Amino acid sequence: MRIELEKRAEHSQLMTVVSPLIAIGLTLVCGSILFISMGYNPVEALYAYFIEPLTTSWSIEELLVKAGPLVLIAVGLSVCFLSNSWNIGAEGQFTMGALAGSIIPVLFYDFTSPLALPLMVLMGILGGMAWASIPAFLKVRFGTNEILTSLMLVYIAQYILDFLVRGPWRDPEGFNFPESRIFDAAHVLPKIGEGRLHIGMIFAVVAVLVVWWMLSRTLKGFEIKVMGETPRAGRFAGFSGNGVVWFGFLVSGGLAGLAGMAEVSGSIEQLTPVISPGYGFTAIIVAFLGRLNPIGILFAGLLLGLSYIGGESAQVSLGLTDKVTRVFQGMLLFFVLACDTLILYKFKIVSNAKGVKEAANV
Amino acid sequence: MSDLSMIEAVLLTIITASTPLLLAAIGELVVERSGVLNLGVEGMMIVGAVMGFAATQATGSPYIGILAAMISGVAMSVLFGFLTLNLMTNQVATGLALTILGLGLSGMIGEAFIGQPGISLKPIAIPGLSAIPFIGPLLFNQDILVYASYALVIAVYFVLFKSRTGLIIRAVGDNHGSAHSLGYSVIKVRYLAVMFGGACSGLAGAYLSLIYTPQWVEGMTAGRGWIALALVVFASWRPARVLVGAYLFGAVSILQFHAQAAGIGLPTQFMSALPYLATIIVLIMISRNKTLAKVNTPACLGKPFVPDR
Repeated sequence: MRIELEKRAEHSQLMTVVSPLIAIGLTLVCGSILFISMGYNPVEALYAYFIEPLTTSWSIEELLVKAGPLVLIAVGLSVCFLSNSWNIGAEGQFTMGALAGSIIPVLFYDFTSPLALPLMVLMGILGGMAWASIPAFLKVRFGTNEILTSLMLVYIAQYILDFLVRGPWRDPEGFNFPESRIFDAAHVLPKIGEGRLHIGMIFAVVAVLVVWWMLSRTLKGFEIKVMGETPRAGRFAGFSGNGVVWFGFLVSGGLAGLAGMAEVSGSIEQLTPVISPGYGFTAIIVAFLGRLNPIGILFAGLLLGLSYIGGESAQVSLGLTDKVTRVFQGMLLFFVLACDTLILYKFKIVSNAKGVKEAANV
Repeated sequence: MSDLSMIEAVLLTIITASTPLLLAAIGELVVERSGVLNLGVEGMMIVGAVMGFAATQATGSPYIGILAAMISGVAMSVLFGFLTLNLMTNQVATGLALTILGLGLSGMIGEAFIGQPGISLKPIAIPGLSAIPFIGPLLFNQDILVYASYALVIAVYFVLFKSRTGLIIRAVGDNHGSAHSLGYSVIKVRYLAVMFGGACSGLAGAYLSLIYTPQWVEGMTAGRGWIALALVVFASWRPARVLVGAYLFGAVSILQFHAQAAGIGLPTQFMSALPYLATIIVLIMISRNKTLAKVNTPACLGKPFVPDR
C-alpha cells in the first residue's frame, strides 16, 4: 500500500481557503513541541506569543506598524511571483527606497515645504524601482538569473546604507553615533491617532486594493498570470515576456522602496545602520501565505506582524528568546508550501495489488 | 625570502576563504545535475555551522562536530526533498523556505554559544611532503576538510562523467521522463543527490565555525551559500570549473581584506561589498555566452517530476 498524488482537474476552491489555515495549525502544533522541548508550558508560551499582544491597544497599534511594510512589499512581490519572476531582493529595494527617501530630510533639511513629503514618497518609490531594475535589466538583456542578482544586491544595499550613516550622512551633532540627523517634523509621515501608527498602513491598504483590481479586472493582470503559467500561450496572444518581467520588478521594487521610505520617515525618523528586521524576506512568506492574492496578503501580513510583536511579548513575559520568531516564520512558510499541494493534488491510497492490476489492464 | 613567506601567507588565507565555497558548490553541482535546484544552501550551511560548533563544544572533538554538521545538513535537505520530490512543491520557494528556516533555527540554537571560544580543527601534516618548501605548507599541511574538498572535486568528476552512476544522475537531470521509462527511480536518484548536497553544505558550515573563525557568530555564513549557488552557474555545472571559481572568489574576498589593511583610499564598506558585486559581474559574463549556458544546463533543472505510470 502506498499514497499517491493525483492531479486535480481544477484547483480545489475549498482547499485554496483551507490550506493556509491547515498550515497555520501545523505551525502551532510544531511550535508547541518546540516550546515543550525548551522547557516552557506550550499553552502559556502560545498565549504570550499570539494572544497577549492582542489584548492591549498599544500592541495592536504596533502590530499594524509592523504589518504595513510587510503587506506593501508582499503585494508587490505577488505581482512578480505570479509572472514567474523571482525577485527575492526586496530587502535591498526596501533599503534603497529608504535611502532615496532620506535625501531630502538628511541633505536638504531646510526644505520644509508641504511638498517635501510627497517628494520623499516619490523618491522612495523611485529608489526601490531603480534597485529592482538592475536584476530586471540583467534578466531581460542577458538572461542572468534574477534570484541570485537580486539577492546579491541586498548585501550591496546594506553596505551602502552602512557607509552613508557612518560617513557622509552621519549627524554632525550626533556624538559620532552611526546615525543620520533626526528628521524635521515636516519630513515625518503623519501619525494616525496618538501612538506610533502612521499613514504607511494606509499606503499598504491602497496598494492591496489597486493591485487586487489590476490583477482581477484588467488586461495587464491577465497578461501577468498567463505569462506566469504558460508563457508559450502568452506569446501567441501577443504578450511580451520581457515587458512582464520589467513590470513585475518595477512594481515590487517600487512598493518595497515605498515601504522603506515609510519605515524610515514614519517609524524610525532617522537613518540607522539597521532599518529592517528582515521585512523584505518575511514578506516572501507573507506573499505565499496570502496565496499571492492581495486580499489574502493583507491577512497574512497581519499574522506575520503578530509574529514579530509576539516574539517581543514572549521575551518580556516568559524570557523566551526572540529568535523563536524566525523559526516560526520559517516553519510557517514550509507548511504553507506543503499544504499548497492539497490545492493541486488529491491524495489517493493505492494498494500495491491494485496498482499491478491497473498496470496489467493498460 | 620574506616576500615569499608573505605570498605564502596570503595564499594560505585564500585557501581558507575558498574551501567553504568549494564544499558547498560541489555538493550543489551534483544536486543540480540531477535536475533539482536547491536554493536552501545558505540555510543548510548555517545549520551545519551551528550544529558543528555545538557538537564540538559538547564532546571536545571537532571531528564529531564535522559529523554532526553533515548529519544536520542531510536532515535539512531531506526536509527539502520531501516537499519538492514527494509533495511536488515549487523548488524556488521551498529552497527559500529552507534558508529562512535554517537562519532562524541556527539563531535559536546558537544563542547559548555566542561569545564562547571554540575548538579549532588542527591541520594534518602529510609526512615528508609537508616539508617541501613553499608548496608543502600550502598543499600538504592542511586540515581534513581542505583535503576533503579536493577529494570531493575529483570524486564528483569521476562519478559524474566516468561512471554508470553519473550517467544515471545526468540522465535524470536532463530528461527525467526517459530515465523513468528506462526503469530508473527518478525520485530516489534525486533524493540521494539532494542528501549529498546537504552533507556538503553541512561540511561547508562546519568549516566556517571550526576553522575559518572558530566560534559561533549569528548569520556567519553571510551569503556564502548564495555565492556557492552562483559558482555552480559560473562553472557551467563542471566540477573542475567549480574549483577554479571557488578559488577566484576566495581570492577576491581575501584581497579585499588585504587592501583594507594596506589602507587603500576606498571606504571599507565598498571593499566588503566586492565579493557580492563580483558575483553579479561573473553571472553576467556567463549568461552572455548563451550557447555555453545552454549546452551544460541540466534540461530538467527545477522541473518537478510527476510520474505518469
